[in-house]
Amino acid sequence: MDLRRPPRSSSGGVEPKIRQVGFFTPTPDASAPSEPLPPAAAAPAPSAQQGPAAASPPASDDLSPGRRSPVMIPPPRHADHLAPGPASPVAVLATSAPVRPSPRLDAASEIGDDESWSRAPSAVELEENKRGLVEIRKDGAPAPIPQKQKTSKAERRAIQEAQRAAKAAAKEADRSGKSSGAASGAGPAMSKQVKPAKTAQKKDMPQAASTVASEKKATERLPERERKLDAPHPRMQFDDVHKVEKAKKRAVVNQSEARNRVELFRHLPQYVHGTQLPDLESKFFQLEPMHPSVYKVGLQYLSGEVSGGNGRCIAMLLAFREAIKDYTTPPNKTLSRDLTAKISSYVSFLIECRPLSISMGNAIRFLKNRIAKLSHTLSESEAKASLQSDIDRFINEKIVLADKAIVSHAITKVRDNDVLLTCGSSSVVEMILDYAHELGRKFRVIVVDSRPKLEGQGLLRRLVAKGINCTYTHINAISYIMHEVTRVFLGASSILSNGTVYSRVGTASVAMVAHAFGVPVLVCCEAYKFHERVQLDSICANELGDPDVILKVPGNAEGHLKNWADNANLQLLNLTYDATPPDYVSMIITDYGMLPATSVPVIVREYRKEQLWI
Amino acid sequence: MEADAAQNPNPSPVPPPISAYYQTRAEHHAVVSSDWLAHAAAAAAFPGADAAAADAAAPPPSPGVGGVIEEFNFWRRKPEAAEAVAAIMALAAVIRSSRATTMMELEIELKKASDKLKSWDATSISLSAACDLFMRFVTRTSHLEHEKFDAAKSRLIERGEKFGEISLKARKTIAMLSQDFIYDGCTVLVHGYSRVVLEVLKLAASNRKIFRVLCTEGRPDRTGLRMSNELAALSIPVKVLIDSAVAYSMDEVDMVFVGADGVVESGGIINMMGTYQIALVAHSMNKPVYVAAESYKFARLYPLDQKDMTPAHRPIDFGVPVPTGVEVETSARDYTPPQYLTLLLTDLGVLTPSVVSDELIQLYL
Repeated sequence: MDLRRPPRSSSGGVEPKIRQVGFFTPTPDASAPSEPLPPAAAAPAPSAQQGPAAASPPASDDLSPGRRSPVMIPPPRHADHLAPGPASPVAVLATSAPVRPSPRLDAASEIGDDESWSRAPSAVELEENKRGLVEIRKDGAPAPIPQKQKTSKAERRAIQEAQRAAKAAAKEADRSGKSSGAASGAGPAMSKQVKPAKTAQKKDMPQAASTVASEKKATERLPERERKLDAPHPRMQFDDVHKVEKAKKRAVVNQSEARNRVELFRHLPQYVHGTQLPDLESKFFQLEPMHPSVYKVGLQYLSGEVSGGNGRCIAMLLAFREAIKDYTTPPNKTLSRDLTAKISSYVSFLIECRPLSISMGNAIRFLKNRIAKLSHTLSESEAKASLQSDIDRFINEKIVLADKAIVSHAITKVRDNDVLLTCGSSSVVEMILDYAHELGRKFRVIVVDSRPKLEGQGLLRRLVAKGINCTYTHINAISYIMHEVTRVFLGASSILSNGTVYSRVGTASVAMVAHAFGVPVLVCCEAYKFHERVQLDSICANELGDPDVILKVPGNAEGHLKNWADNANLQLLNLTYDATPPDYVSMIITDYGMLPATSVPVIVREYRKEQLWI
Repeated sequence: MEADAAQNPNPSPVPPPISAYYQTRAEHHAVVSSDWLAHAAAAAAFPGADAAAADAAAPPPSPGVGGVIEEFNFWRRKPEAAEAVAAIMALAAVIRSSRATTMMELEIELKKASDKLKSWDATSISLSAACDLFMRFVTRTSHLEHEKFDAAKSRLIERGEKFGEISLKARKTIAMLSQDFIYDGCTVLVHGYSRVVLEVLKLAASNRKIFRVLCTEGRPDRTGLRMSNELAALSIPVKVLIDSAVAYSMDEVDMVFVGADGVVESGGIINMMGTYQIALVAHSMNKPVYVAAESYKFARLYPLDQKDMTPAHRPIDFGVPVPTGVEVETSARDYTPPQYLTLLLTDLGVLTPSVVSDELIQLYL
């Protein structure tokens, strides 16, 4: 039974028949007002006033809106003030249309005439126009981008002034060009003559531009800042040499980067394993700012003693709790600022030990938000107490109670005589299996494991100790074992807002095989691990493990690949996570209930706020 | 957890009794037997007779929690009222007649009444969904804590009645919304007897749309025949086909219209047996499948497969005796996964299947 959403390819198959009711866009050969190109639509207005134009002699009736060709779209590099169309200031003012398009229209009309084949221009005209164009192209190089809508009156005036100056200059240049007679030789001379005018213009143009810019900044600053806050922090790209150098200077842990990294994964950090630990140990007494509990957690991450999404997150939060307990605000500093900086430094230390998981990122965001929202009237001890209780509450509500809720939902999907398959070792899946066993359901568990971590063995040991009927297999046998499975329960490191499940490597293959066999795939994940990011593959963001461990096969002589690092043609890849597309997920079980993978954004939208601003 | 009861994954080995939901429907629509046509002709001759009789026979609504079932039965007997709407009306009556003096008391009373209604028929999805939704809609307001009890109670009554009103109007809303989907010259396939779908087609016919309807027979209770009878009375061209002829006639069909017993969290529907295969055939032939369902049928269930539901059973009349030692599949409904549905036409609007879950999350959390 496949319950997943239709695959993206086939979903287009059945299209609802929808009649077009009410307003819809007419066919393209309708009248000018519906024309999507503003220059062409508005063309008649300015061209009519262009009568006395010296440089552009087109008959205005040539510009009827019916004659539209793609060449009429002005190239964007035409600067406002460089348009050679000598429309008088009156004309500019008279066309009450927004100031911006009019000069561009001049240019447009000119080009249009220039290259229109409906009219045969005289040779002289052509020559002149060409020259005009050349000029535009030469001078137009540093052209500022046309001003965006909404300019104040003063700015508009400034722009107009600039345009007038430009036009006057152009006219003059043109005239002098004509007087010099020789059409072919005029180019360089003319450009020389233009230059002074242009520099003059340039002088007052920046002024205008700067006022515009400043005003724009003032209006846009706030939303931009907010947007920056909203936008996910750009991740460090480790193939960027400069950034890596910089990061190295700041680093507490002295890490040597692994050689022979896989090309596709150069942007991810990878260090030679075992070089960090001794270095950190030797530095213990030098690392003054690091709180010992944070230091301890960092070492535990490094050695792999603490692993698993929830475990790492709880360990980190408890360490921060200790650190906050022992924290005293230095003189002349405020608690909220200094503590945030402290936490940030702890976090960067932890990142050096092992890249953060998404759930930890969310927890850190929560904590920093709580610090920022602290009322200023609180005394230091009160503030600290409130933060500590916040951390406790986060651990309790978002992790411990959430797991209980997930178990209570998931248990309704475990029936008698079920065969449940799980991959790796997920704490919440283990809780579900335990609870189902407590309830006396009769079921069998298949634990699928994979090298090099073999985390499933721990799960297997605990389940068997409780008397649950288990089968243990490696992921190679997944397609063999899948036909007897009735439900697949998976844990997740994170669920992204397009429904992608980001989880321990191997999960995606299990989900895909299960889908191919029509077995429902249930992903259990606490809502605090949801993230609004979207990820389509497991390359952009991932974690690289120690490549050496995939070489070590017990009972096998290590001889073949002993000095693999010296072989430039050999790279080893040990990925930690992978991304399961939402198509292969039948159901996501969170603390808020059982959802289809398409509803992840709802949870992110509705409960992220609440989580941050409890 | 309400879901626990509704979705008990380990049903008792004893075969459960015939689903009360389908008994009600049988009463409403008269189980179609071999001598059905005579009855149908009689019913068609006096269309309002049943309703009038029910109204006359019904006692005035009796108050009190104990009376919730009577109240419910009173509403239920009206052929036009869905079971769920009857439940909503009954619950609204409970608030009105309650003698509780505190909000807590009232809420507990309401909860008891709703539990009683739900236990009256555990197999009806829309009944339990409507009870849950009513509780949510009525009691979840922020003003309640700050008001005097009487004011709060009158507010509750108001909300209850409003909800009842919305539910009563739902069918009309859906019919209006779905008019855009029926175009002149189209052929519509319908399955079973659904009052919403009938309303949709009725309105389309009264809008002078020219269309043709194919009705499945709708075994075992042959509700399709009743549907075709109603449609023929509206002088809509109707053709009846046996349930197994769906794939055969699918290429002349432009769209499939079905009702639903319940709309589940995944966006799929639980409906009369046969809906799933019709949806599968339509999907493989690229025909749109539209589901007309009132929003009180949205239930917080998430079946993973066909067996993952509270079973509802229905007797099947094969006409000839079933040979001894042969098992009979008596399930009354199946689950259609969301990928085979095109759109859901509900009183909340025209929704894609994935929006159902969003609506449910917003209603329940």
